[in-house]
Amino acid sequence: MVEFGGWDMPVAYGSQIEEHHAVRHAAGVFDVSHMCVVDLVGARTRALLSGLLANDIGRLRVPGSALYSCMLNDLGGVIDDLIAYYVADDRFRLVVNAGTRDKDLAWIGAHAVAFDVRLLERRDLAMLAVQGPLARERTATLMSSEAGWTAMALPPFYGAQLGEWFISRTGYTGEDGFEIMLPAGETGNLWQRLNASGVRSCGLGARDTLRLEAGMNLYGSDMDEQTSPLESGLAWSVAFAPTQREFIGREALEAIRARGAEHKRVGLVLDERAVLRSHQRVIVTGIGEGMVTSGTFSPTLSRSIGLARVPSATGDAVQVEVRGRLLPAVAVRPPFVRHGRPMIALPA
Amino acid sequence: MSNIPADLKYTRSHEWLKALPEGIVEIGISDHAQESLGDLVFVELPEVGRSLAAGEACAVVESVKAASDIYAPVAATVVAINAQLAEAPELINQDPYGRGWIMRLKPTAQGAPSGLLSAHDYQALAAAG
Repeated sequence: MVEFGGWDMPVAYGSQIEEHHAVRHAAGVFDVSHMCVVDLVGARTRALLSGLLANDIGRLRVPGSALYSCMLNDLGGVIDDLIAYYVADDRFRLVVNAGTRDKDLAWIGAHAVAFDVRLLERRDLAMLAVQGPLARERTATLMSSEAGWTAMALPPFYGAQLGEWFISRTGYTGEDGFEIMLPAGETGNLWQRLNASGVRSCGLGARDTLRLEAGMNLYGSDMDEQTSPLESGLAWSVAFAPTQREFIGREALEAIRARGAEHKRVGLVLDERAVLRSHQRVIVTGIGEGMVTSGTFSPTLSRSIGLARVPSATGDAVQVEVRGRLLPAVAVRPPFVRHGRPMIALPA
Repeated sequence: MSNIPADLKYTRSHEWLKALPEGIVEIGISDHAQESLGDLVFVELPEVGRSLAAGEACAVVESVKAASDIYAPVAATVVAINAQLAEAPELINQDPYGRGWIMRLKPTAQGAPSGLLSAHDYQALAAAG
């Protein structure tokens, strides 16, 4: 067990690497109840989120649709990254990180007052992520035939309220699957039924190797309040258009964009028999230095991979200081793995 | 509860020692150590013939979580290494006291090495974290 954002969580139930492979090739279930679910309720919720989120909440036109976004401070630093669901015109659901819960709720709450929007933290809900190529099917068979049919019909990044469950086709692994928010008391039962239908229990360790292979950032490691989304590989999630939409951090990001970001995020692949870890020094000859922000061993690629923040002019060859040695690494564009398959060319 | 065989000696840095014939000592890491490290992915071994000072870092086991040095429990010469670990580091997870052995040493000094822990004492150390 390990402390994570104020929660005690298992790193692995058995072998972390076997849990990882189960998700890439079949299905695994993660208890992600530490994630903070908060419903925003009020007629002007959409207007509030339009100003709070760097991505454009206006892109959500159909109830059930979801949006990944950063929430920025005035300097363009990332307060948190989150998923927003359009539940109804007067209700949006946010899922934010556990470690940032307090400051997120304070920040959102402070801005919500002027919009007469109420925050309802859903401590009553637990959350399970069922991930892998067989995840949706194995989950749907445990539901009533009508609910199962509705769940199977969800397009990627959509969710639906099915009885007391809110089920969405989202995840943090680079595989297909569901995230299920449900009354906390029902979690144990669903977990056991998933296990019984061949869905493997997975811990925080596999969650980290899977998200890293998928090239997904971890808040607090790969970005924080000192870094902007433009230098954290998240420029795709910032909606500068429409130009008339004001959002917190916009001015700062436009200034960074105008002068060019000093840093960029890259993926790193290490060919040596060693493992990249966060905070290792990255040396870019003739250009400068950067830092590994997340590193691990990739079970799919059988070598170490990582994410790093490096000077913008960095090419594809860098060196990383690993336990006192300078090792050559290749800078690539994440993801490393998607839907079970390597996405980058590996040396033979 | 991790497995701590009574017939082995242990170190505070979680290596185990097994006495083999002709004064050779086999070294590995304890079940408790492999459990805390999690899945091992790389093992770096010393060269056969290398002379080691007591307490010298001479091998590295690296897991998904962390890298950890292996220390020579006594001044010795490396007489054998478990080359299988290069391809199958998970042997340490699966069988830490058997197929997951790391190296065999010939101690420089005669007689039983000193300063080692009994299974009973190591049990207390492991239980304390």
